Amino acid sequence: MEPAIEVKDLTKNYGEITAVNHINFEVRKGEIFGFLGPNAAGKTTTIRILTGVIKPDGGTATITGYNILEQALKAKQIMSVVPEMANAYIDLTAWQNLMLIGELYGIPKKKRQERAEGLLKEFGLYERKNQLARGFSKGMKQKLILCMALLTEPQVLFLDEPTSGLDVESARLIRDTIRQYNRDGTTVFLSTHNMEEANQLCDRIAIINHGKIAAIDSPENLRMKSSGLKSVEVSFNKPVSANELSKIPNVMQVKKIGDKIRLYTDEPHSVMNSLIDYARSKGLTIITFNTLAPTLEDVFIKLIKEHEED
Amino acid sequence: MSEYLFLEQLKRAFAIAKKDLRIYYKRGPVVIFGLVMPFFLFLAFFIGRNMPIQQLFTGLLGMTIFFASMSIGPAIVPFEARSRTLERLVSTPVSAWALFIGDVIASFVYGILISVVPLIIGLVFGVNITNLLILCLGMILAAFCFASFGILLSAYPPTDVPSTVMMISNLVKFPLVFISGVFIPVSAMPDWGRIIASFSPLTYFTDLASYCTQGVSYYSVVVDFAALTGFTLLFLIAAIKIHERTLPERL
Repeated sequence: MEPAIEVKDLTKNYGEITAVNHINFEVRKGEIFGFLGPNAAGKTTTIRILTGVIKPDGGTATITGYNILEQALKAKQIMSVVPEMANAYIDLTAWQNLMLIGELYGIPKKKRQERAEGLLKEFGLYERKNQLARGFSKGMKQKLILCMALLTEPQVLFLDEPTSGLDVESARLIRDTIRQYNRDGTTVFLSTHNMEEANQLCDRIAIINHGKIAAIDSPENLRMKSSGLKSVEVSFNKPVSANELSKIPNVMQVKKIGDKIRLYTDEPHSVMNSLIDYARSKGLTIITFNTLAPTLEDVFIKLIKEHEED
Repeated sequence: MSEYLFLEQLKRAFAIAKKDLRIYYKRGPVVIFGLVMPFFLFLAFFIGRNMPIQQLFTGLLGMTIFFASMSIGPAIVPFEARSRTLERLVSTPVSAWALFIGDVIASFVYGILISVVPLIIGLVFGVNITNLLILCLGMILAAFCFASFGILLSAYPPTDVPSTVMMISNLVKFPLVFISGVFIPVSAMPDWGRIIASFSPLTYFTDLASYCTQGVSYYSVVVDFAALTGFTLLFLIAAIKIHERTLPERL
């Protein structure tokens, strides 16, 4: 099946700084693809290239087969974007903003009015449809921008930090909407800082740093494949020296966390057995005993560190 | 480009024009530089001078259409770049030419609507318009020409500071008014003045207005229309090409 987004050798320079450095990836149709990275990693630049706002210095990008440079209008017609910075027209009402977008995408009048009404009701903005966006809160503006993006029923939806700075309720509404539209067939390209959001929403994640892709996989695979991030957490009835536990075979690192000791290892089962033997030999009682998988945040930090060391 | 695609893009250009008119007609720089300043300039020059009403009308109409048609245009792109709505527009399926034609249409409509006021005033005060049809056609062509000129003036430098563009545009507009037969008829200018006047598009509209109200003109009506058409095409093509080139620097 043809990918929804295909990026080959994409490069963008700003003077001597390479913001995007020969990156390659594919986004499958119908998936939610997360794009994670620290500040200035190249996330927004990549989105701006893929949405036709800026031109790359090298490489190609296609949206459902349409080259973003050579067939820009066709590519733009089937996608929508929720940019990082709110950019609805603040001197237009919510309704006028939606009608403008409908007209710019060539959506017939009746259809755009029906869609706009439905979306404004869905996002709780219908009562304020005739108010200027200037008076909207950040959350309301973000909802309006999402309505503007969804009005066009895009095949591919780009979201750049869509829940950044929003209250819990608004962020949840936006996440639920992303899930709902994805279930209905929209491919979602989501750039976010929020690891938990990426973990909950994304089928696959790309981690980008200094303009290069550090890893691409499902959140679960990224966690499982991360060596040295699995751990065993244990606490005993008496204080134990962390130094002594670091001598246990296969233990890579030992950290004292409150009254617990966390042992990082690639072989949690072997370490657990060793800990049981250790407790018996020392006459200790084990109070708590857990194996911990790495969080996506652990994986992210590790990958970024490794990438920077290379 | 297929005819369908062209017409579809043109429809989208009208949507942009509608948006521009809703947002920009009441902005400070538009009102001050487009209406208030030229109005006082007109008063300063004409009050106290014993001039026939026909000549007063020609001058007022020329200044109004020139300043009003060029008032919104230069402000739009810098305002949109600053508020990051330009990025929104660029990400939509609208060609760059349609985007800027939309801005030209907005300036044109604003110019025409404002220029109807002195036309009505003139008719009320008994200005004898011998050929209303030619005057109206001339107003339409001139408004489109000056609207294109206004968009061209905002093309370079690619700034997001509206006042910078308004300042540059005024540096160009005010000298043009003085050499275009608004205050002194072209026929009364010295030879070097006439040569300079021939480089201003406003000259050809004031000449046309003079023909329609006073029955005298320096150039023939055909030359006036041909020159205005030529300037319109030149400004329009240059505006679109330069804006296309400088657009990435605004995003």
